Amino acid sequence: MTIDDIFKQRKKRWNSLIRIRRNETVEECECPKCKQRETVDKVRANKWVCRNCGYYLSMAPMERIQMVCDEGSFREMNGDFTSEDPLHFPDYGKKLTALHNATGQTDAFVSGVCRIAGIKVALGVLDSRFLMGSMGTVVGEKILRLTEYAGRKKLPLIIFSASGGARMQEGLFSLMQMAKTAAAVDRFKQNGGLFLSFLTNPTTGGVSASFASLGDIILAEPDALICFAGPRVIQQTIGQTLPEGFQHAEFLLEHGMLDAIVEREKCRETLYKLLAWHQK
Amino acid sequence: MGTKKQLTPYEKVLTARDVKRPGIMEYIDMLFDDFMELHGDRLYRDDTSIVGGIALFHGMPVTVIGNRKGKNTEENIQYNFGMTSPEGFRKAVRLMNQAEKFGRPVITFVDTPGAYPGLEAESNGQSNAIAESIARMSCLKVPTVAVITGEGSSGGALALAVADSVWMLENEVYSILSPEGFASILWKDAKRAPEACEIMKITAEELKEFGLIDGIIPEGKKLFPALDKMFLAELTRLGKFSGSALAANRYQKFRRMDGLYKNTSAWDGKARISN
Repeated sequence: MTIDDIFKQRKKRWNSLIRIRRNETVEECECPKCKQRETVDKVRANKWVCRNCGYYLSMAPMERIQMVCDEGSFREMNGDFTSEDPLHFPDYGKKLTALHNATGQTDAFVSGVCRIAGIKVALGVLDSRFLMGSMGTVVGEKILRLTEYAGRKKLPLIIFSASGGARMQEGLFSLMQMAKTAAAVDRFKQNGGLFLSFLTNPTTGGVSASFASLGDIILAEPDALICFAGPRVIQQTIGQTLPEGFQHAEFLLEHGMLDAIVEREKCRETLYKLLAWHQK
Repeated sequence: MGTKKQLTPYEKVLTARDVKRPGIMEYIDMLFDDFMELHGDRLYRDDTSIVGGIALFHGMPVTVIGNRKGKNTEENIQYNFGMTSPEGFRKAVRLMNQAEKFGRPVITFVDTPGAYPGLEAESNGQSNAIAESIARMSCLKVPTVAVITGEGSSGGALALAVADSVWMLENEVYSILSPEGFASILWKDAKRAPEACEIMKITAEELKEFGLIDGIIPEGKKLFPALDKMFLAELTRLGKFSGSALAANRYQKFRRMDGLYKNTSAWDGKARISN
């Protein structure tokens, strides 16, 4: 990445943020569940929850950050890491470039420091729109660095997960990110750090089977799909239809895999409460 | 097998799945003395797809854990085709904790098509069990050596492979998921698995080059002597470190598996964007 690119990227992000601030968008979006169309502004004002059926739409990381952080407090870290395409996987590089242009992000994870009601935290958000939020070398490295940073600075760590799992295009390197992130988070916790893992729709595969399941406290959004093997894989393996609500947040809560389900409306408030209780 | 040096990646996948290959019990018989199997996770049940226990290696007690596959249909059903449920991973974690407490090295044998994708497994917290096993293995304060002896697939394999020293037999494969799964996700066609194998980079040679594994063990007649020699050398080497040094080194080892990501600039502490 040349200096020029960095400036272009910054400018692009600034512009998009300014647009968000000025409420200039007139774009519409459609609820994947009830197909109701609404302007993005209205949906955003309702925290990306469908006003018709209550479905939780996926959120871009910056939207999520805006929702939970104190205004203007977020400082991004390692925003320019890009994948080296270690396997030289066909078309992967092109895909990354296209997604970079579309989202302004170099990969599926945005991380940094921010304040939540005045409490400083290390915050990371996975982006399900970027190759299904899959964890490759960049996501793994950024999670590791964020966790180590939180450990050094004695900050609480919050990660919002939304991922299809490990990134196929980076092969075994992706699998190793599970080891890397799980080890980092485990070490952080052993040294007294607070890790709040927030699972959003969908959190599956290699992400749910590594750092995301290791939170001191694990929270989830209502109805989020959370699993190791996806419903389609299970259906193919056991050849029978799955029960209603299987692998959704409420199911996991019932089976003892989550601490609580938190509505988007109460997300910031809940995080603040937990952070305040754990302040040293 | 000495003459089959030039297997294609897909042929290696087939070799790795061959039921005639040695299973975990044969490795234990050939390499250790006096193996005693220890059962159960103390929470729910005993998952037979994972074998664990204590054995003597050159007179030294070691904890051995590995995936078990059957040699025929009946056995395969009994061992769930080597696909582990949460109970199996929790048993492994229990045995690792026990090994750490009593200062025993841990040796693992990995041969699994992946963690079990089933209704009950999901309900009992498959993700959590795998994550706990990976995390626990990454910070064990005793020497750990892992060998991929067949197919090492997905998180189910990694759960037993976060070791100080990770080795592969020359004709085996270690991958993020099965080539069939990979092809069906990428091209919606599981039959293109042979093609998937070529781009997935799953053979011992390729992974050694990437630095994701530490060494390759020859197969054929030399297999067991070579394994014996490797275990002896590795346990001697690792035995010289203190527990916390082992854990710290292991952390650094996996921390470096970054695929040479491009770090154009470390974070300078300044705002890049703010909301």
